[in-house]
Amino acid sequence: MSKRKARDAHLPVGECISQVQEILRKRLCNQQLPDRPEGVEAQHKHLLELLKRTAVHGESNSVLIVGPRGAGKTMLLKCVLRDLLMEKEAQKNLLQVHLNGLLQTDDRIALQEMTRQLHLENVVGDKVFGSFAENLNFLLEALKKGDRSSSRPVLFVLDEFDLFAHHKNQTLLYNLFDVSQSAQAPVAVVGVTCRLDVLELLEKRVKSRFSHRQIHVLSNPTFRQYLERVQTQLSLQPGDLPDDKFAQHWNVSIKTLCEDKSVEEALQRHYNSSKDFRSNHMLLMLCLSRVSVAKPAIKPADLLEASRMCFIDAEANMLHGLSILELCLIIAMKHLNDLYEGEPFNLQMVHNEFKKFLQRKSNSMYNFEQPVIMKAFEHLQQLEMIRPVDSSTAKTQREYQLMRLMLDHTQVMEALQKYPQCPTDVKQWAMSAFG
Amino acid sequence: MSALLQHPGYEEERLQTVAKQLPCREVQAGMLLSLMGQPHQYSYPSIFIYGHQSSGKSHVLHVLLKELELPHATVSCVECVSVALLFEQVLLSFFGCVAASLLPRSPSLSDFVRIYRQQSSQSPAKQTRYIVMEKAELLRDSNANLLPALLRLQELVEDNVSVILLSEIVWDRFRPNTGCFEPLLLHFPDYSKGELQHILAQDRNPSYSDEFYSAYINILLGVFYSVCRDLRELRHLAALNFSKFCEPLAEGKVKETDTHKLWRNIEPHLKKAMQTVYLREVSSLQWEKMQQMEEKENGALRGLSAHTHVELPYYSKFLLIAAYLASFNPARTDKRFFVKHHGKIKKTNFLKKNEKTSNHLLGPKPFPLDRLLAIFYSVVDSRVAPTASIFSQISSLVTLQLLTQVSHSEQLDAPKYKCAVSMDFICAISRTVNFEIIKYLYDFL
Repeated sequence: MSKRKARDAHLPVGECISQVQEILRKRLCNQQLPDRPEGVEAQHKHLLELLKRTAVHGESNSVLIVGPRGAGKTMLLKCVLRDLLMEKEAQKNLLQVHLNGLLQTDDRIALQEMTRQLHLENVVGDKVFGSFAENLNFLLEALKKGDRSSSRPVLFVLDEFDLFAHHKNQTLLYNLFDVSQSAQAPVAVVGVTCRLDVLELLEKRVKSRFSHRQIHVLSNPTFRQYLERVQTQLSLQPGDLPDDKFAQHWNVSIKTLCEDKSVEEALQRHYNSSKDFRSNHMLLMLCLSRVSVAKPAIKPADLLEASRMCFIDAEANMLHGLSILELCLIIAMKHLNDLYEGEPFNLQMVHNEFKKFLQRKSNSMYNFEQPVIMKAFEHLQQLEMIRPVDSSTAKTQREYQLMRLMLDHTQVMEALQKYPQCPTDVKQWAMSAFG
Repeated sequence: MSALLQHPGYEEERLQTVAKQLPCREVQAGMLLSLMGQPHQYSYPSIFIYGHQSSGKSHVLHVLLKELELPHATVSCVECVSVALLFEQVLLSFFGCVAASLLPRSPSLSDFVRIYRQQSSQSPAKQTRYIVMEKAELLRDSNANLLPALLRLQELVEDNVSVILLSEIVWDRFRPNTGCFEPLLLHFPDYSKGELQHILAQDRNPSYSDEFYSAYINILLGVFYSVCRDLRELRHLAALNFSKFCEPLAEGKVKETDTHKLWRNIEPHLKKAMQTVYLREVSSLQWEKMQQMEEKENGALRGLSAHTHVELPYYSKFLLIAAYLASFNPARTDKRFFVKHHGKIKKTNFLKKNEKTSNHLLGPKPFPLDRLLAIFYSVVDSRVAPTASIFSQISSLVTLQLLTQVSHSEQLDAPKYKCAVSMDFICAISRTVNFEIIKYLYDFL
């Protein structure tokens, strides 16, 4: 044992880093399931209990898991399923059908997918069905076992549940809930959605068949918990790495990272803007990507840099790359916006505003022809920094089409500060209150 | 320089060749590489790269994926007029043509994911597969579910796949109403002037010295940099104008080092190029021809916009002029312009301050047919009878899109029109019939 350890301890740093990267990337990118879902223990218990009743006792149920994006709804469901399948009886009996609102965009496709997932293609064959309900009943009928009169329990998981409500007549939902209400085959319908008002989307006849059981996943950790979460996300479990020494070293470095004052401040800012898992993962992923052999630990500076990247204003970045002419046009638009309180403008007005600026100057380094300005204007439109007010482009000439600026006053000013080699007169023009 | 491109998962030599092909983009390539990680490790499910046109987004990715031999599918969303093409291309480059042929006719997302899963379970990814979507902004216009589904494709197909979206529009304009999986945002900044100079100087002509060519690039950037920062466009302009730049050298008038004289020679040409080639009014072939012509005739070189003219019948020209006047003058001023003995109109009353000059800013206003005809009869110098030929000329002006009909076409008794030509155009037209239009325009009184 001690001999092996001694050998393992000699793993080169590169090897260790590579393994750390692999483990953490699985966690952060592939959403590897944690051993215990944290913060949602009550919901976990509730859902597990519910599904167990279907799987083991043949009870029908329907439930919705509601929560904002990235709060861990799917993680919760997957954890529950994993725990459920540990039970022998459930594993033997339970059939699963996973549907996703993004993929199964209408009921016909959904039914095909259901048939496929239940491995009933052969049974259905070339049969022609009169209605959707008939088809679904046939499917469930086919699942009945020979020896008992009861059917095998089926679990339907509907991801992006709200999208199913847009299907024509909500036939799928109606039939699934109908089956779950009446004492036909035991089914459990689990909907996962991010819309809190999802019940409003359901038709009356569908709504009345739903059990109105909702599980809310609102991850609302305190800042302490949030910090701990960051730490556990980045730490290694004992046994993850063959090289214990390195693992310990890594964990210590993570601990000191989380205790750093500046890091805490940065995390506080993230905590204030969003508390979900996904955005947290993105931040940590950016940190992790900066770890290399030359720098085998996450330093506070890495996290600060990653945090800066998360909060960066994309619009300002794009403004930075505009040419002087385009920037001048943006400034002219900003002035027009200030002057006419957000009324839409057209190219002629912008050009006129720009000309007013040029007239005040003696040298004419920005003397551009109208078509050149038009091209710059169209480039801005292509970048969607300005948008036409109405889309009927055919009837009006391009230079008279009304536009709106999609940028903020402050965004323009900030971008101007950062702009490389911005001429002072342009800067002053932008600062001045009225043209 | 190449120190930034180091990664344990890849061979040193390959990274060297990558670095050589990516001048001035080392930071971005390094960043991307570190996000991608080693080939067998998971990468972030979706990465959104944004930056201006020709800031090297596609190039960097293409070079990285190709040189490092990572499994990838590059899809340009412009080419994919239907999602079927997109799916086919992805399946084709990952699993070969057999898998692509499994797609049914007009496949849905569900079919695509099913086939992908089926194939990837047969040949699981040993290395991260990358799907690169160029011009991703077009994905918004197709199926509403496509973009959210692609963003979380890794989860849907349960394979080590990463989707990389490239666009020049910021992510905020992509986000659907109910939100979606947020991709990792990565910005490719524009090239600075120095970097542009560096890159442009690389494709120099072998028969001239380095200094000479970079002096040329310097002059070119001096003229165009304030208008255009697009590397591709600048490169095109550089290639086009270089022969002109070398001309005095070939004639032996100037030495290579005499940059000032060379500048004096080329500057007017570049200015002209800005008015023509840059605006794509003439093709580069036409531009070269025009330059040769100019040498012979020594005439002024003008863009297409300067000599756009349409041959119109005599009365049509006047109709167009009348339409222009009706569109850009307020109706109450017609009396002042077109009635011979209009009596006294007070000047202060006539010229309302805020109304003045605003007509040409706000664009043409619609006018009824009666007003058009009334103005037409007063501007045309001979007596014209209101015959069918006049009316048919109006409708042919509409078909030529010089006028647009504003009211519905069913409305026969009082149709309304708008003039849709520019100021320059109408001035050119009125010059041909010796009509001084400026005198009749309210904005220019």
